[in-house]
Amino acid sequence: MLDHLEFTSPEPKTIAGATDDWELVIGMEIHAQVASKAKLFSGASTQFGNEPNANVAFVDAAMPGMLPVINEYCVEQAVRTGLGLKAQINLFSAFDRKNYFYPDLPQGYQISQLYHPIVGEGEVIVDMAPGVARLVRIERIHLEQDAGKSIHDMDPNMSFVDLNRTGVALMEIVSRPDIRGPEEAAAYVLKMRQILRYLGTCDGNMQNGNMRADVNVSVCRKGQYEKFAATGDFSHLGTRCEIKNMNSTRFIQLAIDYEARRQIAILEDGGEIDQETRLYDADKNETRSMRSKEEAHDYRYFPDPDLLPLEIEQAWVDDIKASLPELPDDKKARFVRDFGLSEYDAGVLTADTANAAFFEGVAAGTDGKLAANWVINELFGRLKKDDAEIENSPVSPAQLGGIVKLIKAGDISGKIAKDLFEIVYTEGGDPAEIVEARGMKQVTDTGAIEAAVDAVIADNPAQVEKAKANPKLAGWFVGQVMKSTGGKANPAAVNALVMQKLGL
Amino acid sequence: MSIDIDTARRVAKLARIRVAEERLPALAEEFNAVLGFIEQLGEVDVEGVEPMTSVTPQRLYRRSDGVTDGNQQDKILKNAPDAREGFFAVPKVVE
Repeated sequence: MLDHLEFTSPEPKTIAGATDDWELVIGMEIHAQVASKAKLFSGASTQFGNEPNANVAFVDAAMPGMLPVINEYCVEQAVRTGLGLKAQINLFSAFDRKNYFYPDLPQGYQISQLYHPIVGEGEVIVDMAPGVARLVRIERIHLEQDAGKSIHDMDPNMSFVDLNRTGVALMEIVSRPDIRGPEEAAAYVLKMRQILRYLGTCDGNMQNGNMRADVNVSVCRKGQYEKFAATGDFSHLGTRCEIKNMNSTRFIQLAIDYEARRQIAILEDGGEIDQETRLYDADKNETRSMRSKEEAHDYRYFPDPDLLPLEIEQAWVDDIKASLPELPDDKKARFVRDFGLSEYDAGVLTADTANAAFFEGVAAGTDGKLAANWVINELFGRLKKDDAEIENSPVSPAQLGGIVKLIKAGDISGKIAKDLFEIVYTEGGDPAEIVEARGMKQVTDTGAIEAAVDAVIADNPAQVEKAKANPKLAGWFVGQVMKSTGGKANPAAVNALVMQKLGL
Repeated sequence: MSIDIDTARRVAKLARIRVAEERLPALAEEFNAVLGFIEQLGEVDVEGVEPMTSVTPQRLYRRSDGVTDGNQQDKILKNAPDAREGFFAVPKVVE
């Protein structure tokens, strides 16, 4: 069975320079914090927002003689993430030291996995529009330690260092340069976030820095990317610059756009791009060189002598695989296939697991499409108005499902259904009982409707003449009948009777 | 492989070890002696030999995901040359 919907690739973003059209080539490194209780190599907490330096073990502070001991749960989450990205899992991986000097890294090196990462090649489908998506290949995922946090604005002459984040487990997810525009880059981050949240391996909280991205940007003339794709030879592409530490999809797009235009201007002036690390300044909307990092780039990697290679068993990987949830692409395809939803609606409903589970509760045993309309248009709209989350919805899936069933059975009209929804939303209660108790049932009895139609026609002889001359005016009678029956008459039946009685 | 004075200066800087300029030639020479010794190892034929990562065959020890450490701000900051309001205070580092 197909586990995702069919799609075609989008056109790459083109930027017109002074003399040429340019295409963008983007690769990303996403740092996703593993949702673990303790750090990667110590028993200190990962809890965000604690007192400074409270979540610090002697290992994290790099006290002499302290040795790292790996957290098995973090390893499991990396494997789980790899499986979720349909990636190769490496049963043998190993840790290396990446040496650099900075106050928030007391060891003087970050423990990472350069030579033998735990996860190899995978892929992500990045949805751009219904039927249009970019397949982005994943090169690798490795486990590494996060650094601490430096605060520069508390004192004019000092920087303040908090090691609470030092040693927290990160998964660095490295993509191939398959992303072809700012919008795709933002969509890639959001899709990755969605998958990580489905898997439960990272909470995806970008504001707290639990997920952030380094963005590699280069530009090339038309046709060059295809040559690179055919040969894998990077010399067909432009020199790239790396924009560090982005944690907002909006700023990622602005930064890429700025950086691409900066590079194009240099190239069209006959200049060359220096491969370098840059920082995005959101206040000025520009990127600028991080010159202080230049020397730091000599990382002198070597295998960490404190840690044996990490060898895992295939049976363990198989167990993790068996415990994977249904992933976004599969769920979306199933919603389209089994409930007859449009890809757009299916995409909205599968944005996160809470939405999807709610919808499935509503759709159980009734019309999926109708259920989707009510969840997306009425419920989401109402929740948004109250600034509430789906988890706190005053209407349960069973209650909304009850309303949908009443509409589907023809017991209530669409208009009455909206009133009923409002009652259930504010007062609670069983929709079917409310309809009975408050006499909201749609009148399907033709005799009663006929009487109402006859009354309206008899009371409005002038309108009858006008409608006979101009049949479009028949709608006025339908409206009057609906009004006189308190919206409970079946509109289709009213319409048929009006036409018949007016002889249209 | 040969270490010249410039390389010695650079390695010292990367390791944040202050070395007086007049000591660099001797340091470079020492490096060369050490590297020369290590290069002898390159003469051994290791074709088809698995790299040895441990003297005794053992599996990397794993910990379970529990919080067992931390909450010792005073101890962590005890050796800090300067600390304020729970933070290490260091000379200003700005990008």
